[in-house]
Amino acid sequence: MSKKVKVYTTSSCPYCSMVKSFLEEKGIPFEYVDVTRNKSALEEMVRKSGQMGVPVLEIEGKIIIGFNREEIEKELGL
Amino acid sequence: MKCLDLVIVGAGPGGMTAGIYAARKKMDFIMVTRDIGGQAILSSDIENYLGYQFITGVELVKKFREHVEYFNLEIRENEPARVVQKEGDFIRVETEKSKYFAKTVIVASGRVPRELGVKGEKEFKNRGVTYCATCDAPLFAGKDVAVIGGGNAGLDAVLQLIKIARKIFLLEFSSRITGDAVMLEKIKRSGKVEIYTETRVEEIYGNTFVKGLRVRKGEQVKEIEVEGVFVEIGSKPASGFVKEVKKNEKGEIIINPQCETSVPGIFAAGDVTNVFGKQIIVACGEGAKAALAAFLYLGKKAWKKEG
Repeated sequence: MSKKVKVYTTSSCPYCSMVKSFLEEKGIPFEYVDVTRNKSALEEMVRKSGQMGVPVLEIEGKIIIGFNREEIEKELGL
Repeated sequence: MKCLDLVIVGAGPGGMTAGIYAARKKMDFIMVTRDIGGQAILSSDIENYLGYQFITGVELVKKFREHVEYFNLEIRENEPARVVQKEGDFIRVETEKSKYFAKTVIVASGRVPRELGVKGEKEFKNRGVTYCATCDAPLFAGKDVAVIGGGNAGLDAVLQLIKIARKIFLLEFSSRITGDAVMLEKIKRSGKVEIYTETRVEEIYGNTFVKGLRVRKGEQVKEIEVEGVFVEIGSKPASGFVKEVKKNEKGEIIINPQCETSVPGIFAAGDVTNVFGKQIIVACGEGAKAALAAFLYLGKKAWKKEG
């Protein structure tokens, strides 16, 4: 069964595009949240990650800050 | 411990090009790096890289990556180097995760944003303090923010923020804003920006997140309440971890036309060096040169048998 993946991003951030294309390449389904236009999502991201940098990934409740390929692969068992 | 032919430090345009050349020479090597793409990924529009009339940094880095992956290179990401130092005939490369020995090293670690060096800056990094307006400007919708630095990078950040933030304070340490007049005009016309020159940031304060800045203008000390601080005061070469090699007054590693540094076996390429032209295409060319030079060096020297 695939894990639930949520990606918090802004519209302009380069590392967010990297995360997105990485997950797409690996065929991982994910929810893509652009916090630029979604204030409550932004607050949720800040609360969960304790910081304001993007991207933030949530994989089954586990938070990964930034495009950390190694950790993402570990968490997804790739 | 196994001794490699080569360790490439950094996987920006220079490091990745060096990697392709090293792979084609069948050298025994690895690449260690903090991230892939380096500063190139932050360029929004690239119109001067041969073969592409227009490409974004993200797309170009993706192309680079596909190209290196074709050669099955071993890129160790999230593993920035901490020390590069000559030890006898070999070079020791210490990273945040491991230690390697190699006959040659190519330093292609590029440049990193310059920091203010004030109290609170490290503590509040990603808690209001940011060095990437392109990435983080949208997080400050409707908020008051400060941009530090009146050069083009600073003005560019202000222009991005005008559409997003409530109020922007532009702080410049010297006596005038040095960025382009056209940009400054736009900024003044917006009516959203307060400009302070000859103003030095002394402290960034807050609780969990930034609440404000303490700044000084002459004898006057003032507090400015902001939730975001965009530091745009240029960049510096990421060269601190390379010991003993000669650097210029800017901290750039001094190289000769063969990308050799003052320490035999340590080569350097791209923006971390004193090369003229800090450009993606220049860095690529330098990476190629460094790999070819390292290959020649490996062949010329009589290596002692490894233990």
